[in-house]
Amino acid sequence: MMKISDENGLAEAIAASAGSLRITGGGTRALGNPVDGDDLSVAGLTGISLYEPGALTLVAKAGTPVDEIEALLASEGQRLAFEPMDHRGLSKHQGTPTIGGVVAANVSGPRRIAVGACRDFLLGVRFVDGMGRVLKNGGRVMKNVTGYDLVKLMAGSFGSLGVISEVSLKVLPEPETRAVLLIEGLDDARAIAALSAALSAPYDVTGAAHIVAGLDGAPVTMIRLEGFEASVKYRAERLRDELSGFGAGQIEADPVKTAAGWAWLRDLEAFHGKAGDVWRISVKPSDGPSVGARLQPFGAEVIYDWGGGLVWALVPEGTDVRQAVAGIAGHARIERAAAETRLRFGAFPSTGVVLDKVAADLRHKFDPRGILNPGIMG
Amino acid sequence: MEMPVPDPTILARKDQIVRRLQAVLPAEAVAHDQAETKVYECDALTAYRCPPLAVVLPTSTDEVAAILKICFEEDVPVVPRGSGTSLAGGALPTADSVVLGVARLNQVLETDYDNRFIRVQSGRTNLSVTGAVQEQGFFYAPDPSSQLACAIAGNIAMNSGGAHCLKYGVTTNNLLGVRMVMMDGTIVDVGGAHLDAAGLDLLGLICGSEGQLGVVTEATLRILRQPEGARPVLMGFDTNEAAGACVSDIIKAGVLPVAIEFMDRPCIRATEAFAHAGYPDVEALLIVEVEGSDAEIAFQLDKIIAIAKAHDPAEIRESKSADESARIWAGRKAAFGAMGQINDYMCLDGTIPVSQLPFVLTRIRELSGQYGLDVGNVFHAGDGNMHPLILFDANKPGDLEKCEAMGADILRLCVEVGGCLTGEHGVGVEKRDLMFDQYSQDDIAAQLAIKDVFDPSWLLNPAKVFPLRSTESRRQGRLAAE
Repeated sequence: MMKISDENGLAEAIAASAGSLRITGGGTRALGNPVDGDDLSVAGLTGISLYEPGALTLVAKAGTPVDEIEALLASEGQRLAFEPMDHRGLSKHQGTPTIGGVVAANVSGPRRIAVGACRDFLLGVRFVDGMGRVLKNGGRVMKNVTGYDLVKLMAGSFGSLGVISEVSLKVLPEPETRAVLLIEGLDDARAIAALSAALSAPYDVTGAAHIVAGLDGAPVTMIRLEGFEASVKYRAERLRDELSGFGAGQIEADPVKTAAGWAWLRDLEAFHGKAGDVWRISVKPSDGPSVGARLQPFGAEVIYDWGGGLVWALVPEGTDVRQAVAGIAGHARIERAAAETRLRFGAFPSTGVVLDKVAADLRHKFDPRGILNPGIMG
Repeated sequence: MEMPVPDPTILARKDQIVRRLQAVLPAEAVAHDQAETKVYECDALTAYRCPPLAVVLPTSTDEVAAILKICFEEDVPVVPRGSGTSLAGGALPTADSVVLGVARLNQVLETDYDNRFIRVQSGRTNLSVTGAVQEQGFFYAPDPSSQLACAIAGNIAMNSGGAHCLKYGVTTNNLLGVRMVMMDGTIVDVGGAHLDAAGLDLLGLICGSEGQLGVVTEATLRILRQPEGARPVLMGFDTNEAAGACVSDIIKAGVLPVAIEFMDRPCIRATEAFAHAGYPDVEALLIVEVEGSDAEIAFQLDKIIAIAKAHDPAEIRESKSADESARIWAGRKAAFGAMGQINDYMCLDGTIPVSQLPFVLTRIRELSGQYGLDVGNVFHAGDGNMHPLILFDANKPGDLEKCEAMGADILRLCVEVGGCLTGEHGVGVEKRDLMFDQYSQDDIAAQLAIKDVFDPSWLLNPAKVFPLRSTESRRQGRLAAE
């Protein structure tokens, strides 16, 4: 295990590496295909180098714990609005999630449907490519179209183009309060229709999910509203009335309960401690129920987020989910499975001959020796 | 400004190239004589002009593919063009290039309200995307000032923003997918109606690549439900510092307005003389707009006004009606036109950290004195995206050059304080030669390598974005020979 404490050290370690490197931050996510190589951890690259609440900007080294960032933001009434998922419960890995890992895997949460993904909040990156070059792109300002947007490219590249050393993020105010409109007993199609109606209303919904089997076993549809207290109350009531055709909605405004409920969804607590593979399927929301129906014969346990467009599926080990949902536009990724399953199906889908070649050629430009997390995305 | 010397072998083959294009397109879709191509000699950066070899106006993705295939085989540079509203010269041709205009690709292909997206051909104008969905109460969020004319293709090429991106983001945050033709004629679909990339985020890379990686012919765009209402408040301050501090405090207080616009005194005065919006004669003026129901708007505006009062404002005007809102926005919307009435102007687009606002405005005033050119500042203060307007006289020898030198100094200043050269207009030819002020040799090399992947023969909009000397060997095809 190579431990790194600064960016130059990272560059030297990569330049000097004779073989493949398996790059980790906190090591909590275990996403992608299995990688062979010497461990290279950036967990030692820590520190928040800039935080300007009035400019909604934070800059941190890649190994900085997400907790540390969220605590600092909370002290100023701000947050990471894209609500990154904590994978530890699912992966059963110990460790401390780092901001570099969040960015490298483009990890978002339920609020992605309203405000965007991690990549939408990433303003700048510094990284070291496979030749040991220290590169930067973007910066610390909210609007920047100077040259190509490598910032987006690096988000979700899983260390396969370069090792991220520093990230610059846009942050947002933590709202004063929140409320959740809950509708019970809907089947999948009706639930997704209700979520679509909510997301198409002018009430700034920041979470729209359907749990097929809630805590008491019955289906529950969850719609989140955030903001100033009077505004949240007004919007929650309007939405409850406008969605009354779907069933009698309950408004839950308890801050502790609502926070716990969305963290439960975000981290997929419903799947914790259960055996099986977990897949993440992104489709257009109205196709969500078809995905659920196709997976039912396999005994899948399903959760819909993002208004129905993100389907989380817990299936028996070795189930070929990609085959089961073939023909529905979108993509399916393995979120948790044994190494042999990930190797057999590929954790990531193909994006077609032409785009797969573009991706391979890009990797070759940034990492001609092919030593950075080789094969992690296929 | 330098442009590459046209390739004489291409000029000599003009007839053959035109004949091949005519063979795959209807007669009226190919323009090649000087009278017809002159219209395409420049975009909104009118100081630089050059008629192209030919202009093609396809009406389908297949036609675009056929055109690119021919140009690829003939080794002819292609300059993609949306509506030609680029302020950065993104669509400026060279004499040996074919301009590929997407203006006739203007159809709506699919609207899906349940899934909140619209799929359009890329030549459709920005405002007409909203026009296609507004009866159902929806809108397309990015709103560049040129939205009446500018095309989605150009918005994607430049990753355009607008006044309302503080809340809604810029083009890249509202783009779900594209159909794109690569230089060799291959058609690819990137993204779609679902969220997030399946593999590497190529969509994020394509957006903002200034037409250098491929020609986008269709776009899937996120549409949003229109808010119940929106109203602005106008606030005047005696110092730029006070206005800047007020912006920062509004943001820190947890209010997230949809827009925070800033105008300084020279700009206010010019606007008053032209648009008579009734603006107060103050050092700095803010227009802050919020959205929601009437009660929500009132609540947010109260909060904003309370914050502003701590900064000793000279004037506060809260809009109480649609008519008052229109009057508050009238001056801001007329600002560029007003400055244009006084003189020719150059509009810059640097972005700075919001905290640097007072310092940068002071430095711009000093530069204005040094160069002897007036500057008005109007910009999106919430996100630090500045638009200094430098006034000059195009008929006065040397004035344009002086203006460009001053513009370069201002952009370098933006980079020095932690910002960037361009926030929403793009690099084009205008800021090409400043790229090394923001990026290192290695940073630029990494970007050039990306173009090498998508367009190995460097035919797509090749003389843009990067300093010419850094791309010379590639443009001359040595890369392919190596």
